[in-house]
Amino acid sequence: MGKKVALIGTAAMATAMRQINPDVVSAFPITPQTAIVQDFASYVHNGMVDTEFITVESEHSAMSACVGAASAGARVMTATSSAGLALMWEILSIASGLRLPVVMTNVNRALSAPINIHCDHSDSMGARDAGWIQFYSENSQEGYDNLIKSIRIAEDENVRLPAMVMIDGFITGHSTEILEILEDSQVKGFLKENKAPYSVLDIENPSTFGPLQLTDYYFETKKQEADAMVASMDTIKAVCKEYRELSGREQPLVDTYMIDDAEMAIMVLSSTAGTTRSVVRELRKDGIKAGLIKPRLFRPFPKEEIIESTKNLKALAVLDRSDSFSGQGGPLYSEVRSALYDLDTKPVITNYVYGLGGRDTTIDQIKKAFNDLSSVAKTGKAENLVNYLGVRE
Amino acid sequence: MADKTKQEKPGYKTIPMGGMIPRAGSSEDYKTGDWRVKKPVRDDEKCIDCLFCYIFCPERAVSVTEDGKIGKINLDYCKGCGICAEECPKDAIKMELE
Repeated sequence: MGKKVALIGTAAMATAMRQINPDVVSAFPITPQTAIVQDFASYVHNGMVDTEFITVESEHSAMSACVGAASAGARVMTATSSAGLALMWEILSIASGLRLPVVMTNVNRALSAPINIHCDHSDSMGARDAGWIQFYSENSQEGYDNLIKSIRIAEDENVRLPAMVMIDGFITGHSTEILEILEDSQVKGFLKENKAPYSVLDIENPSTFGPLQLTDYYFETKKQEADAMVASMDTIKAVCKEYRELSGREQPLVDTYMIDDAEMAIMVLSSTAGTTRSVVRELRKDGIKAGLIKPRLFRPFPKEEIIESTKNLKALAVLDRSDSFSGQGGPLYSEVRSALYDLDTKPVITNYVYGLGGRDTTIDQIKKAFNDLSSVAKTGKAENLVNYLGVRE
Repeated sequence: MADKTKQEKPGYKTIPMGGMIPRAGSSEDYKTGDWRVKKPVRDDEKCIDCLFCYIFCPERAVSVTEDGKIGKINLDYCKGCGICAEECPKDAIKMELE
């Protein structure tokens, strides 16, 4: 079975990539790149993987090379972060539009300006509508697990969509944690053959990739892509179940802590779920009915699981580590609120934008949000729907 | 792609994944002649069958006969770019409004 190792988050992701042994990895090797690509380059150099490793002059080119290789039917991976993901943006929708199962890790870091290298989710939330499956990971273990699962999900014949797996920059990416990794043979056995329906190198069956589609077919192609994203939920659940049996790790798409009898809860992605869990534990000692909801999946949006997790709550605070600059709160908030809108009974839902540019999100900040929530739960009313947590006035 | 002979186009439930065209030679179905504003008109008296227009035509809309002479210009595909008229050494091709 698996073994326990102590790795920094980026090394955990690179280890998963080594075990996946992709056909092609194309990456921009310089800042804002993380050590994932550095580690993987050493695996290539030392002959530990069979990967064709293509270093390029920009992330735009990295994703373009991934699109080319995936069009040939290769298993393709890359890694990026922050402004690197932003520079890939044009090609992200080409990968998804062509239905190419490129799998990428994104170490969540802030977008400029002001220039900043620390964690927030504005990079991947900027790509939320690019047609990529998105997993968010609380720690290295989840990042490692999500990455291996994503290969199976993306390459499934009923999905054929690209996927990105997020870990929090620095907090997870640069921290050493203990995680349990699978044996190489277990990962190899878990992955299936990547059966691309078409290959640009198949000269027996010549085909055209990415032709012009104007008013006549573009709309149909996009509707097909939208349906594939919705339908991918079945594959995601099946793959996660199979992975759970392999790894022994229970990782529901929307995880909860102390939620069954909770009157109020905080919903948050990634590493801040850990801080929130410890606050919930502390509040419970004082008899306060607090809970945590942690979605692992953001695309496709796990609406049913979100509704199920919030059904007994009086008050819910959704935390967003990015802002949409709309006055309507962050992206997780607006989607959760929309998902619950049609229900007859639902909690009062407030939003906290937190931790931008890597600002520490402390236990006291989370306690403050719960303190606000307890009066919302009592009165059924929120003074402010959209709040900013831990910012100086 | 744009097969204009068919009235009813297939919908999203049946088209190939990702906008693929899973067969060769499909560009024949895409008639680009309706992009044209001016059409090439050849003066047979001046033409010396040098085949420059055949070579330069980006659409291969100029055909060559079996005995190696310039044949018809296929107006289904000619976009009216005028390269043939520009390159003709004998000024045998004029671009005229449709």
